[in-house]
Amino acid sequence: MNVGIRRIGIAMIVLFLALVAQLTYLQVGRSNQLANASGNPRKSLGDIRRDRGPIETSDGAVLALSTPTNDEYKYQRVYPGDTASIFADVVGYQSIQNGTVGVENTYSSDLEGKTFKLQVNNLADAFANKQPVGTVVLTMSKVAQSAAAFALQGRRGSVVVLNVQTGGVLAAFSNPTFDPNQLVTHDPKKAQDAYTFLANSPDNPLLARSWRELYPPGSTFKTVTASVALQNNVDVDKTFPVLSQIPLPQTNGTTLGNFGKERCGGTLLEGFIVSCNTTFAQVGLDLGETFASGIQNFGVQTAAPRETGSGIDPSIVASTGPLPGTFQQNQPKFMQDAIGQNQVAVTPTEMALVAEAIANQGSILQPHVVDCVLDPNDKVVSRVGVQQYKRAIDPATAATMTSYMEAVVDSPNGTGTAAQIPGVKVAGKTGTAETVDGEKPHAWFIAFAPADHPLYAIAVLVEHGGSSSAEVTGGRVAAPIAKQVLQTLLNTPAKTSPCGDQPGSPLNGR
Amino acid sequence: MAVATPTAAATAVATFARNRRRSELSLGLLVIAVTVGGYILVALANGPKLPDNVTILLAWVFGLYLVAHLAVRRFAPAADGTLLPLAAMLNGIGFVMIARLGDAKGDYASQARIQSVWVGIAIAVFVATLIVVRDVRVFARYRYIALLLGIAFMLMPLAPGIGQSRNGARLWVGLGPLSFEPNEIAKVLLVAFFAAYLADKRELLTQGRIRLGRWFVPSPRDLGPLLLAWGMALLVLAYEQDIGTSLLFFGVFAAMLYMTTKRAAYLVGTFILLVIGAVVAYKAFGHVRIRVENWTNPWPNAQGSGIQPVQGWYALGSGGIAGTGLGLGQPWRVPLASTDYMFTSIGEELGLVGSIGVIAAFMLFVGSGYRIAVDAARPFTKLFAAGIATIIGLQTFLIIGGVTRVIPLTGISLPFVSYGGSSLVANFALLAILLRISDESVHARALAPPGAR
Repeated sequence: MNVGIRRIGIAMIVLFLALVAQLTYLQVGRSNQLANASGNPRKSLGDIRRDRGPIETSDGAVLALSTPTNDEYKYQRVYPGDTASIFADVVGYQSIQNGTVGVENTYSSDLEGKTFKLQVNNLADAFANKQPVGTVVLTMSKVAQSAAAFALQGRRGSVVVLNVQTGGVLAAFSNPTFDPNQLVTHDPKKAQDAYTFLANSPDNPLLARSWRELYPPGSTFKTVTASVALQNNVDVDKTFPVLSQIPLPQTNGTTLGNFGKERCGGTLLEGFIVSCNTTFAQVGLDLGETFASGIQNFGVQTAAPRETGSGIDPSIVASTGPLPGTFQQNQPKFMQDAIGQNQVAVTPTEMALVAEAIANQGSILQPHVVDCVLDPNDKVVSRVGVQQYKRAIDPATAATMTSYMEAVVDSPNGTGTAAQIPGVKVAGKTGTAETVDGEKPHAWFIAFAPADHPLYAIAVLVEHGGSSSAEVTGGRVAAPIAKQVLQTLLNTPAKTSPCGDQPGSPLNGR
Repeated sequence: MAVATPTAAATAVATFARNRRRSELSLGLLVIAVTVGGYILVALANGPKLPDNVTILLAWVFGLYLVAHLAVRRFAPAADGTLLPLAAMLNGIGFVMIARLGDAKGDYASQARIQSVWVGIAIAVFVATLIVVRDVRVFARYRYIALLLGIAFMLMPLAPGIGQSRNGARLWVGLGPLSFEPNEIAKVLLVAFFAAYLADKRELLTQGRIRLGRWFVPSPRDLGPLLLAWGMALLVLAYEQDIGTSLLFFGVFAAMLYMTTKRAAYLVGTFILLVIGAVVAYKAFGHVRIRVENWTNPWPNAQGSGIQPVQGWYALGSGGIAGTGLGLGQPWRVPLASTDYMFTSIGEELGLVGSIGVIAAFMLFVGSGYRIAVDAARPFTKLFAAGIATIIGLQTFLIIGGVTRVIPLTGISLPFVSYGGSSLVANFALLAILLRISDESVHARALAPPGAR
């Protein structure tokens, strides 16, 4: 009888081993495929059903938080009313139907308390009745963002403000925007309908214009052109002929003209103050290949600032310009590129980085919207920190450029006088960028202030906000916006961020 | 261990018994730690707060285990020391998952409370079985009463008034607020009857009385009562649409016949009968066809009739190697996650590590059962122990194989783990009988002369 029992026992072991084999196949071999199968609702919902820490501004406004619910998802992500729409591009959303983007996406692990550091802290906190999730603190301030939104007054466009000393983004507002609360509702039909409506809206409110859309920068790009020229030891006393238009080589007599057929010329500084197209087209032609390589130092036609850790999502679109090695066959294009047209197309963020480069002694810092992550005890767990993105120009060149940009705002004949702030030196440059025929040009303004001790760099774009009759229109429309935002920031007493003191830039020796 | 003199034998047994009970107690403490720890982990997954009732649970688990352990110490001191901890372990994991599911969704909310009562009842039955059944031969003596009782239990759900239908199967008997499946009790009685009958007639069944050409076959007189009881059991179960239990009985009796006679013809014969039965059932019953479809290809009906197998696979795949962690998966997405699909809930939250751990626990349990059978002194106790090991092993294979789609799914509980009181009570009764047999054989072998095994 024992033989029979043993044989049945062995048969039983064989049956059990078949189960082990099948489980190994399912839980190892096909694990990924099954876990991510479209019919498997677990993955996305696993994240939705967790508690999540808040996202806050540096001045203490809560931009996103999770509140407990009684439905199967346990938590509802809430974007509080007065900041929901204006921060939507940066904060993003975490939605069952529409996925996760923005800081909600890039810092998801920290918000959920899944990172190693947070988990080590949570071991103790779990027993102390504390929320085991991280708080993400942005470099952005509600004051700056609100000022940007208010100043734009509903016009389509973008305002980007950078902290010159850290590269932290203080404001990145683009209009029109959207209410992320509509996308994260647990009602699947409503959430889907809201997304469909926004995605099909002709204004494209889901587009983060500040860093996802490319625009011709127009005359604001002369800042880059002049910098490259000065960096390459162009004679600052050389005078350019006074012209109303300049012939383009390699064409059948086509010309490049000044706005409103105005006549201008003189030194580089004089051309910069009145934004003389003919002068800068000549500068571009003179620079040739040097121009193409010089603009790369400013972040044009090269890799965009890194996205890892910056919190910026979706990532910054790379700005484009002339390719090195193409000058010989593309001389007219280079002349137009030098005044920020033709091949040059940039994001508003890129133009803010250009202003930052001049303000920061020629050095561009990595832009980032996240400053630090706090644990449940408000201790800093990780900090993004200050890092260099590009060395654009030498400090000496930057100093000269600062004086040039101050002159644009200060000089009676400057195009940027609308940006003057009493008691504060402002350095700036206007732009009126031609777009397609029949459309009004884009109005631009880039600036930094105070010019003698720069804190803030700003880029303002108003889509089709200018008038094709005069260069000054860009300045008239965009410069007051920059002035308004800068004034608000300069008049607001500095508040210490929950992340602690702003670390000074280690790169500029200030 | 085999010592000739009665006094020396008693001393040897006492030492042996003490060691076994010590390991039973220390393993038990581990099991309690795992169960209560798992319960706390589930709560922590929801937020940083210890569950309010954790001390009550700790007291309940600790108390019940202690009662069971002391009962073994008192009434079966030399019995195997690993079976009770293994059963408690499986039961503990099952309870944690039931409590976890109750936390997730309303349908399961009351189950943990009910299950905790049933565990208490099961331990009471376990202790009572140890006390009452001092000699398992009592089952052999009253084998026909066991048979009649077993059949009566099986017929109970069909009785008007008390019988209840659920999910298309008429398996339950309602008694006030509690309901139970009499088939689970019948399982114990019928295995006892078959063990007794087969032990009695083993020579006649092995050698055969009638000559048929080259072969001797057992006479209908010897095989008759067996086939009758078997056929009736299957008929009743088929009428109640309980395919799982039918298949279980079929397999257990075939295995017991084989173990008794060592004649492969019985296995081949029952297998042929099984295939015929399966084909007939496939042609006759729509729900059997759905079961087969769900086995071969459930994907086209992922939202309909195939939702269980599809979501079950998703659960296991999402668990991966390490699992999502207790309380962090979504096992309730599989319908019947606390009963038929209990195993995928474990596989999702504890991963391959946990699912193979559970299978390993069953392998050890069933292996110990067969070892007790091999060590047992008498043919009846051998067959009874082997029958119990087979019934638990086969039931485990049928349900785990079903939910992982190794074989078609037959709704049946995962022993000791699934939510459900009658299954738990019956399995703890079977455990008590196994321990009784184990204890007996230790005493018998200690008294046997050296080399007499």
